[in-house]
Amino acid sequence: MSTTATELTGEPAVVPEAAPPSRRRRSGGGLGSYIAVRFLLIFPTIFVLVTTVFFLMRTTGDPITAALGGRLGPEELAERVAAAGYDRPLLTQYWEYLGQLVRLDFGTTLSTNQPVTEVLVDYGAATLELAFYALIVAFAVGIPLGRFAAYARDRWPDAVLRVFAILCYATPVFFAGMLLKLVFSSGLGWLPSNGRASTRSEIIMQTTVDNPTGIYLIDAFKTGNGEVVRDVLEHAVLPAIALGLLTAGVFLRLVRTNVIGTLGMGYVEAARSRGVSERRLLRKHAYRPALIPIVTVIGLQVALLLGGAVLTETTFEWRGLGFQLSEYLQARDFVAVQGLVVLLAVVVAVTNFVVDVLAALIDPRVRY
Amino acid sequence: MSEQFTKPATTDPVVRIEDLSVTFATDAGRVVAVQDVSLQVAAGEVLAIVGESGSGKTVTARSILGLLPETATTRGAILLTRKDGSSSADVVTVKRSELGEVRGRDAAMVFQEPSTALNPVFPVGWQIIEGLRAHGRYTRAEARAKAVDVLRRVGIPEPEKRIDSYPHQFSGGQKQRIVIAQALVLDPGVIIADEPTTALDVTVQAEILDLLRRCRDEFGTAIVLITHNMGVVADLADRVAVMYQGQLVEQADVRTLFANPRDEYTKQLLGSVPRLGQGVARTRERAAARPAGWTTATPVVEARDLRIVYPGRLRKPDFTAVDGVSFAIRPGEVLGLVGESGSGKTTIGRAIAGLTKVTGGSLSVLGTEMNGVKERRFRPVRERIGFVFQDPASSFNPLLTIAQAVAEPLVVHGRAKDAHAARGRVDELLEAVQLPRSFGDRFPHELSGGQRQRASLARALALGPELLIADEPTSALDVSVQARVLELFDELQRELGFACLFISHDLAVVDLLADRIAVLYRGQLVEEGTGEQVLGAPQHPYTQRLLASLPVPDPDEQAARRASWHQLA
Amino acid sequence: MATPATPVRRTRGLPVVRQLKQAVGLQRGMLIAGLVLTGIFLLTAAVAPLLAPYGYDQLRDADGPFGAQQSPSGEHWLGTTVGGYDVLSRVIYGTRTALAVIVVAIVLSLFIGVLIGLLSGYFGGWLDRVLVVVCDAVYAFPTLLLAIVMAIVISGGQSSLWGGIFAAAISITVIYIPQYFRVIRAETVRIKAEAYVESAKVIGASHWRIMTRHVLRNATRTLPLIFTLNASEAILTLAGLGFLGFGIEPTSGAEWGFDLNRALSDVTSGIWWTSIFPGAAIVWVVLGLTLVGESLNDLADPRLRSRRAAEAGETGEVTVVPGGPLGAGPGGLAGIEETR
Repeated sequence: MSTTATELTGEPAVVPEAAPPSRRRRSGGGLGSYIAVRFLLIFPTIFVLVTTVFFLMRTTGDPITAALGGRLGPEELAERVAAAGYDRPLLTQYWEYLGQLVRLDFGTTLSTNQPVTEVLVDYGAATLELAFYALIVAFAVGIPLGRFAAYARDRWPDAVLRVFAILCYATPVFFAGMLLKLVFSSGLGWLPSNGRASTRSEIIMQTTVDNPTGIYLIDAFKTGNGEVVRDVLEHAVLPAIALGLLTAGVFLRLVRTNVIGTLGMGYVEAARSRGVSERRLLRKHAYRPALIPIVTVIGLQVALLLGGAVLTETTFEWRGLGFQLSEYLQARDFVAVQGLVVLLAVVVAVTNFVVDVLAALIDPRVRY
Repeated sequence: MSEQFTKPATTDPVVRIEDLSVTFATDAGRVVAVQDVSLQVAAGEVLAIVGESGSGKTVTARSILGLLPETATTRGAILLTRKDGSSSADVVTVKRSELGEVRGRDAAMVFQEPSTALNPVFPVGWQIIEGLRAHGRYTRAEARAKAVDVLRRVGIPEPEKRIDSYPHQFSGGQKQRIVIAQALVLDPGVIIADEPTTALDVTVQAEILDLLRRCRDEFGTAIVLITHNMGVVADLADRVAVMYQGQLVEQADVRTLFANPRDEYTKQLLGSVPRLGQGVARTRERAAARPAGWTTATPVVEARDLRIVYPGRLRKPDFTAVDGVSFAIRPGEVLGLVGESGSGKTTIGRAIAGLTKVTGGSLSVLGTEMNGVKERRFRPVRERIGFVFQDPASSFNPLLTIAQAVAEPLVVHGRAKDAHAARGRVDELLEAVQLPRSFGDRFPHELSGGQRQRASLARALALGPELLIADEPTSALDVSVQARVLELFDELQRELGFACLFISHDLAVVDLLADRIAVLYRGQLVEEGTGEQVLGAPQHPYTQRLLASLPVPDPDEQAARRASWHQLA
Repeated sequence: MATPATPVRRTRGLPVVRQLKQAVGLQRGMLIAGLVLTGIFLLTAAVAPLLAPYGYDQLRDADGPFGAQQSPSGEHWLGTTVGGYDVLSRVIYGTRTALAVIVVAIVLSLFIGVLIGLLSGYFGGWLDRVLVVVCDAVYAFPTLLLAIVMAIVISGGQSSLWGGIFAAAISITVIYIPQYFRVIRAETVRIKAEAYVESAKVIGASHWRIMTRHVLRNATRTLPLIFTLNASEAILTLAGLGFLGFGIEPTSGAEWGFDLNRALSDVTSGIWWTSIFPGAAIVWVVLGLTLVGESLNDLADPRLRSRRAAEAGETGEVTVVPGGPLGAGPGGLAGIEETR
């Protein structure tokens, strides 16, 4: 939640509020060693998640029984289980699983018999593209509105914006998506309701672009066909808004809270006493220090965004990792589910690391 | 001095406050913070506004810059005149936009806590230049040159380089210099300094006071000095205004005020200020009354080569808080431990109470060796130790009544079944610290700071301890409250005869109570002896400097001390 | 100007009432709106059978089957679903499922989270460090994905009403234990350094006594806030699980997320009533809980609390919550001593 704005490691980005005297002198090897320590922290994080997921999934039994339980006879089932090695002691399997992960082998799906890493390559770009659009929406909406709400604190625009932010959060992304589809797609008919592009555009992209990136917007530009670009963008609008607003609400509240907090700091008062204009107080003195904890929390939003992406992709049949995940869930292909979950854990851990380093970079108290 | 800084052109007052009243609307209704205050500050004059918390001195000062919160209602007039006399404005009635022009140009402010008055994410030079640009047109180079110049003038070494440093890269005293530079660079007619040295150590305080004096002498800036410290007043002020409960009770020339205070409150205030040398007679008398063989009695606390090291985090070096300290406290003796922040005095107190681990040397407390002691073994000893904490605001559990808190030691050590059963003893204790019995049913936040500190003393004495550790017990209190608490403390100590470690940063307070004084500097004990020895003829250069830095509440004596301080520095 | 005695903590035990009295203006409005929305939700859950015209799994009445995807009419005010259920009845019964999940999830995560948070924060040491790493790892991970894993573990997918409720609730518990843990641990670490805990230590009070009497009671002041925020997250997670097909079968209970999942294809063909109403119900509940939580948060945070009155000048002692942040004491010499 946005209310617990602390971060992964306990010690990094200094929150501007009331830095206790003991922290006043943050001397020492500073940034370099901070980054190193923060980097090393990725590994226990991933390890914990991998271990948790592995043992949790295995407590239900082996994945083959789960997937094919009703459809095969007991002997055949036992044979398949033995062939896959799921009848060995759990710790042996765990050890082997860790070994696989180190070699970046996240398993092979049961339903499509495809390595999970291949699934990532095939569908990762789509999720990345969606997350990127959503972040643009979230930044464009959340941050300016949050600043404005802080500025208009306790007056009516603030009230409206706060309720808006809470609504963004209170509306499940899939419901937001369905509403958007009802209004703009089946109602007004302005925008397409499903998929990442129309079949025609997809064919054009497949046939004319060498080495497609999988990110449709880039591929569409490569075709040089304005129609295709337009088609791709039209498909992206609704999913981007549905997912983006979720995060936008969080950003709005976060920016508002932090800016109000820094507006009450002594240095804002001090700057005011020197005749600095209220506008500038807000834009410079309150905003910059507020940004540091915000950046850190934005890192945690990656998790929210990925969770939301699963639901958004399902709602809009946006063929990305999330959509695949829900397909595997339907097929009860738990090897694939486990693989994707662990893969996403790695993505989240690495992103959080990057964001924490960014937060440290913009904080002069850590930088020097 | 310099063509950049205007000489005051007028003989008119730079600040004229007429019939100022400020009211705040609070949860409990309207509170009058300032009532009918009229003051004038002449150009180049230092006016000190003194008073205790709640006297309205800060509100008065802030209203000069229109820096009160929106819910404050201000009546009266505050006329600010520009240093060159070219314009003047009434801050109370002026438009918001014009207020921005007046702030900084006509009057600037220096704050109590320099570390919060500087924005941590911008270089200090940027923050100085920002003020300049809010009031005039400067090219980048001009603005930067001015900023470097003013930094040099306030005594920041290598200002050309340091101008691009961030606030956290400066020490507390340097930060306050930068805050003063920010004010000075705009060349205001008056600087409002709100407790400018309260957050600083005594030795640093002396330097900042010296700098403020130069502001007046070299730049011709008038200063409104808000302080509760009479020593600071005696050091810097030309004229003094005394405030009490929102009203101005007395206004006089600094010498007149200290020599012949007219108002009752002023007299009481001056009488409460502890002065160096007050304790000498008392100490002699106490020493004479010691029984024979006292010097050979087993000490209650004995430290030999005590070392306390805090391990560093994340490959940062360890921090040695206490470095080879030896001392002893005998039964019934009061040892005063003096030092500035970071000297390790609090750490020693905590180590004796078993709150901090001893990492080297030996520390014997009531016969128990603290180096490597197990909590289980030490617990019975705790019954014989009392502790009074510095901050009366946080030393009581907010959810327990005072009676429950005072009863806690009795319950924990099985002297009473529960808080209810202990009530009789609690009432006795409250009476002993001169609190009404009914206060037992109150919650901590319903008591004032002084009352809470009395209750804290009652709790510490509940089990009749042989040793009391008092960690800055009065430093958060107003002087008059402090005086009464110290008096009470002294009485109780005579009566009950416990040994005591009295920790303070204030030499005068320690001198008042302690039989012997130990001076700590950066974790080392640099000097120890009776008050007469340590304060009368200090041997160690640090003690000499510390003593010389301490402003005394007497303008003439302080002028002499200042001269000797300059020699030392 | 006397230090304003803060008339705060008279009504102990009823935190929300106290804060309602304290709130002013906009914050009061938000708090009341939240309480009203939440109240209606609770009431509906309590008397669902009386309000609902049909059962949640009822497909026909005396006049025959309801028929699928019927638009709102006199018999079915909110129409029927693709499966032929009455939308209104399922929306009303959904409150019961939602409430059950909230209660189970919060009770479980509260107890476990608070306990380990308290122990970990109080004693510190290597166990604390391990727990922090574990909880941070879980905290940073997409909650929905973990909920999916947990749902697989607990129910293998579909299940009965209580099976489904427990599956959802336990999945949510696993996710929220780290949150309670973080908050309580942080509070414990903060309170541990407070002078009143040290003073209890100096007195010789046992760890148990210090933890229960001094730390826990002061550490739990933030709980109503987390409580409401997590309750709303529990609803969203439940709905998300339902939407992905991990819901409760329509024959064993009414669950809004599941209904939305079934309504997904309706949307494309312009059938709005099957999705709007269950979705609005989710928004209603989450909105209500979040409004309460946000207002409590604002009131607990002196920076955010709008005051009927000013900051009290230089005495500046505004106690918002018992044990709440007391700024530096009265304008004295506080903060002079080293912080160790």
